[in-house]
Amino acid sequence: MSVTTLLFILLSVMAVGSALMMLLTKSPVHSILWLIVVFFAISGHYILLNAQFLAIVNIIVYAGAIMVLFLFVVMLMNLNSESEPAKNYRLHLIGIISGGSLLLVLLAAVMKIDLAHPVMMKVGEAGLISKLGKTLFTDYVLPFEISSVLFLSAMIGAVVIGKKD
Amino acid sequence: MLLVIDWAMILEKFVLITVVVMASLGIAMYTTFAERKVAAILQDRRGPNRAGPFGLLQPLADGLKLFFKEEIIPNFSSKSLFILGPGLAMLTAIMTSAVIPWGDKVHFFNRDISLQIADINIGILYVFGVVSLGVYGIMIGSWASNNKFSLLGGLRAASQIISYELAMGISLIALLMVTGTLSLKEMVLQQQQGGWGGLLSWNVLKQPLGFFIFIICSFAECNRTPFDLPEAENELIGGYHTEYSSMKLGFYLFAEYINMFISSVIMATLFFGGYDMPFVNEANLSPNIAALVGIIALMAKVVFFIFVFMWVRWTIPRFRYDQLMHLGWRILIPLALFNMLVTGGLILYFNK
Amino acid sequence: MQALTNRVKVVERKPMSLWERLYIPAILKGMAITFSHIFKKKPTINYPEKKRPFSPVFRGLQILNRDEEGRENCTACGLCAVACPAEAITMEAAERAPGEEHLYREEKYAAKYEINMLRCIFCGLCEEACPKDAIYLSETFTPADYQRKQFIYNKTDLLIPHPQEDPEAYKKALGNRAKNQTVN
Repeated sequence: MSVTTLLFILLSVMAVGSALMMLLTKSPVHSILWLIVVFFAISGHYILLNAQFLAIVNIIVYAGAIMVLFLFVVMLMNLNSESEPAKNYRLHLIGIISGGSLLLVLLAAVMKIDLAHPVMMKVGEAGLISKLGKTLFTDYVLPFEISSVLFLSAMIGAVVIGKKD
Repeated sequence: MLLVIDWAMILEKFVLITVVVMASLGIAMYTTFAERKVAAILQDRRGPNRAGPFGLLQPLADGLKLFFKEEIIPNFSSKSLFILGPGLAMLTAIMTSAVIPWGDKVHFFNRDISLQIADINIGILYVFGVVSLGVYGIMIGSWASNNKFSLLGGLRAASQIISYELAMGISLIALLMVTGTLSLKEMVLQQQQGGWGGLLSWNVLKQPLGFFIFIICSFAECNRTPFDLPEAENELIGGYHTEYSSMKLGFYLFAEYINMFISSVIMATLFFGGYDMPFVNEANLSPNIAALVGIIALMAKVVFFIFVFMWVRWTIPRFRYDQLMHLGWRILIPLALFNMLVTGGLILYFNK
Repeated sequence: MQALTNRVKVVERKPMSLWERLYIPAILKGMAITFSHIFKKKPTINYPEKKRPFSPVFRGLQILNRDEEGRENCTACGLCAVACPAEAITMEAAERAPGEEHLYREEKYAAKYEINMLRCIFCGLCEEACPKDAIYLSETFTPADYQRKQFIYNKTDLLIPHPQEDPEAYKKALGNRAKNQTVN
């Protein structure tokens, strides 16, 4: 057992454990904090895969910005179990359908895993910033640009909503 | 087979980490003293001069006082988070020092010891990531206090830091386009070579607007005046640390000063040549002397920036909240984008 | 509207020019002003090491005077207590017994003489009221203390040192204010 395997096990336990804690805690603020721990564990996995850029961007964008906004909203609205609106069966149904389809996708992905060639740790340079930049701007330039258009439309939408007094 | 570990390397890093953390704590301590002295001098007063010669023991007295104060945890607070808040603030403040090159390298016991805890190739992004986490300490502590004023202070801090992080990031992108590297060490090495004793290669000459945006944003990130709205006394009592007492309050105050120190170091490293002493060719000196000269040069720059932080604090009054948001979103971000575009254009023009 | 005086200063309310709206020049100007204060002389005096001289009309802590032979001047007439606007002075009179002539100058003396320093406003009316020059205000502060009762000064606190037994302390306590000590 090498250091990498040891770290992998540690990070996996941390990720799964805090994900469960996130689902099981009653208070929304605690849920968000557990979710942040999950992001940290995932960033740790990225570092093990030698994808330092992805790891740090994951922290900056998800843990550093998006989760702060989540926390902001939850704290401001002071959500707790008393103020939570009662969920009707339709919401439950929608939740089951969407969760089930996500499970299906994940299962399909797991089935397709080629166990003979696992992702090697600490090899490959796809996650380093220079390689990643080259890949994004040559091989994947079209999806990259399309996603930026998506972001632009989201920004415009936000401005439109904000302008409507 | 288990764990082949280079014990000497571990020991070396451990010593280095201890020294850096202790040094940042000590410097933060004396920054509080310097703040009071500078404030006094700028206002024609004398400042603390009773504890020890010239009042030099004042920070010790302050720290001792904080330690001996009664520890109060409010009844209706969320206890674990209440304790976690100041701890996180302190942790994120100190973590940043890991990637900063404090000097070139020293030569002890037949080993070259690099004076940088970790030279990772995403250096500046790491700093950026850790700084963006700094807001959690404030937010968690303010929410856990279960006090309206604390919560308002925490929310102000969160929205302020997120807003100014954007402009800071964009101004950094322009700098990265110039340097072509994310590693802080390489940036310093680039700034060492250049005309007129190395002065001409300092990034501040290549990115004056970028530096200007960066320094404003770092004032905002450190919650320093004129951006100290999260702890605006006349509106929010004590801001996010209203409910805190004793050393937990001390941690919050301390974290602010460490943040100030670290952002001074980062400004010196990114824009003012880091540990590069102008007009001195480090290659001609023995490595230990060169490292010493480098550390002195870095510290001199840092002291200057810390002085600027204080100088601005005692000159400019606090912004109103809408002015703060206006400055962040409608002035600094467009300005930073403009700077980025101009830099990109110039690089394309000169390199074609 | 016509101005009443010619000192009216008209405030300009023009919209700010671009140069003014940049704020940076104004901020730099402000910073230059604060920087210039580094070189200014500090008006503060380091108090216990260095003391500012009192003005000749300074009124400090009261002192009960003695004459040159060391006899107490006070006759417990009560004029000071009557004059006191803060009602800080209380006293009890007693008759001088035979053989106490070296202690008290007149036949009647103050057996108890108390001034509540928390009430005293140091106006000096007691000094003006006194026909025997027995009380006057010296040039010292009332020192701080931890207990309220410590601020009720009795005779031992107020009496001036004996001029023959301890002439130096007497001189020092007398100060410059008690000018004509010999009043009969």
